[in-house]
Amino acid sequence: MIYAMCFILFLIGLYGATCKKNIVKIILGLVVMEYAVNLFLVLQGWRKNGQAPILDGRTNLEEFAARAVDPVPQALVLTSIVIGLGILSLMVAIAIRLYERYGTFDVTEMKRLKG
Amino acid sequence: MNDIIYLVALPLAMAFFIPMIGRKVRWLPDVLANATTLVLLILAGQTVGREGVYALGGWAAPLGIVLVLDSLSSLLLLIINLVSFMATLFSVDYLEKLYTSKLRYYSLFLLMVAGMNGTVLTGDFFNLFVFLEIASIASYALVGFGCEADELEASFKYLVIGSIASTFVLLAVALLYGRLATLNMAHVAWLLQQNGFDRVTTFAFVLLLVGFLVKGALIPFHAWLPDAHPSAPAPISAMLSGVLIKAIGIYVLIRLTYNVFGITPMLSALFTSIGVISMMIGVLLALGQWDFKRLLAYHSISQMGYVVLGIGLGTPLGLLGGLFHLLNHSLFKSLLFLDSGSVEYETGTRELEKMGNLSQKMPVTAGSTLVASLSISGIPPFNGFWSKLVIILAAVQAGRAGLAVWAVIGSILTLASFSKIQRYAFFGQGKDFEPGKWALYQEVPLLMRIPLLVLSTLCLAGGLILWGGLNGFWGPVVEVLLGGPADYIGSILGR
Repeated sequence: MIYAMCFILFLIGLYGATCKKNIVKIILGLVVMEYAVNLFLVLQGWRKNGQAPILDGRTNLEEFAARAVDPVPQALVLTSIVIGLGILSLMVAIAIRLYERYGTFDVTEMKRLKG
Repeated sequence: MNDIIYLVALPLAMAFFIPMIGRKVRWLPDVLANATTLVLLILAGQTVGREGVYALGGWAAPLGIVLVLDSLSSLLLLIINLVSFMATLFSVDYLEKLYTSKLRYYSLFLLMVAGMNGTVLTGDFFNLFVFLEIASIASYALVGFGCEADELEASFKYLVIGSIASTFVLLAVALLYGRLATLNMAHVAWLLQQNGFDRVTTFAFVLLLVGFLVKGALIPFHAWLPDAHPSAPAPISAMLSGVLIKAIGIYVLIRLTYNVFGITPMLSALFTSIGVISMMIGVLLALGQWDFKRLLAYHSISQMGYVVLGIGLGTPLGLLGGLFHLLNHSLFKSLLFLDSGSVEYETGTRELEKMGNLSQKMPVTAGSTLVASLSISGIPPFNGFWSKLVIILAAVQAGRAGLAVWAVIGSILTLASFSKIQRYAFFGQGKDFEPGKWALYQEVPLLMRIPLLVLSTLCLAGGLILWGGLNGFWGPVVEVLLGGPADYIGSILGR
């Protein structure tokens, strides 16, 4: 169920990125899409009433294995959030420059490249 | 085996080191960047004929991240680092005249090289995604490097399409991890062999396929390429067309289909049909172009069609032809883009109509363009002839003579569109030719001539690599793919 909701969020983002004409909306669509994937990824390691996956000398290993959440998706999602931030800032920077050149955010009016 | 990590670590470190120390001394960034790419080329040359696995941080597969070196990756490493050395040599004078901010340029350039080397070496799905993103983000920024309106527009278009593709790849990685609880590519292959495909893994595979077809710019996923490649500075166009679409597009497709998921007759049919469509539509669109670099960009799509056609045939001869054409295309297409850069350097334009009689003023540029045009059109004895011949023979041998006919027609149309370049730019004149300006043109500086000459020599001598056929240089490369998932799993996990 929750996976299906993630997927719907992903499709909303895909719709925004591909069908909208305004650059800001396209950027927002991409961000929504990326967050849907991040959410899906972090949910892969989620457990109800789980505990933080930190080992110290006193931890009971069997209980740890039974209750701890999977740390790998958390590490992955941190990396992918940072990458997403990099792309987002580049996109916004290009959008600002485009606005300076064309005076509009509408992609249908930017058609110097055709064919 | 420890030296392969430097192929990723060295450019990554230098990408941040050059802007830090290069501010004071003018010539230092040029020297450092060229030294870095030269060292990388030597390192890549040393990987030929070796294979092995390097575990990052000492954590062995399947738990840790591994870098895998085999004949296919070392072929790609050689191509990437050869073209990047040529491009940095060319950049020294080219950037001086046409662009500002060399420090940032070299920084982004080396990040892109690090990303591509990593993509080719990695044996881990998430690591693949990270390196893919490093290479892609650097290339988005480099396409918009000039900050003119059309360059920004191309860059934004490329960025949006590219990041949708990357998000597809990330979703596929998440699905695979959710289903199989592993990220190691060989381990995924092993689990799939044991348990077979289900709906989730099939969906993940389709997402990966779409993501990398977009990165490889095959029709119908090509829309960004004809805008993005011409907008970049010429050495970057040479890198993008010459190696980027191969390293993060075609190579990953080949690796995933042959070594991880396993090739099926349906996939073969998909690849051959995408190959033929890209080959024909790419060349037909190229015929109508009047912008020098845009014409070349459409030819990249068309020539990648040949590669995918050869790969899709799946026979040893077809694989040989496809991979050989991949190598050849990186040589002559980067040469052509560097030539377009030196024409732009002298004339200040990319419009074929405004050029004329350049062969009298720029003999080296004209000669190397002629060599590259003959290579890409498949005229003997240049390298493009041999690889196209192998692909056509492979198609006939596989009983698909129809495909061979298409390949021949594509080649003839390629020749037609390159005779247009020769006619307007070098041995005749366009409509808007200006004799007054023409009198002032001269040959480009020495540092720009060296890459042109080296690459032309390689185009001329490239056919020799075919010596011995499947028993020579190409034998181990083709075996990596023919071994399928089983050999790949064996070499990494030892199962």
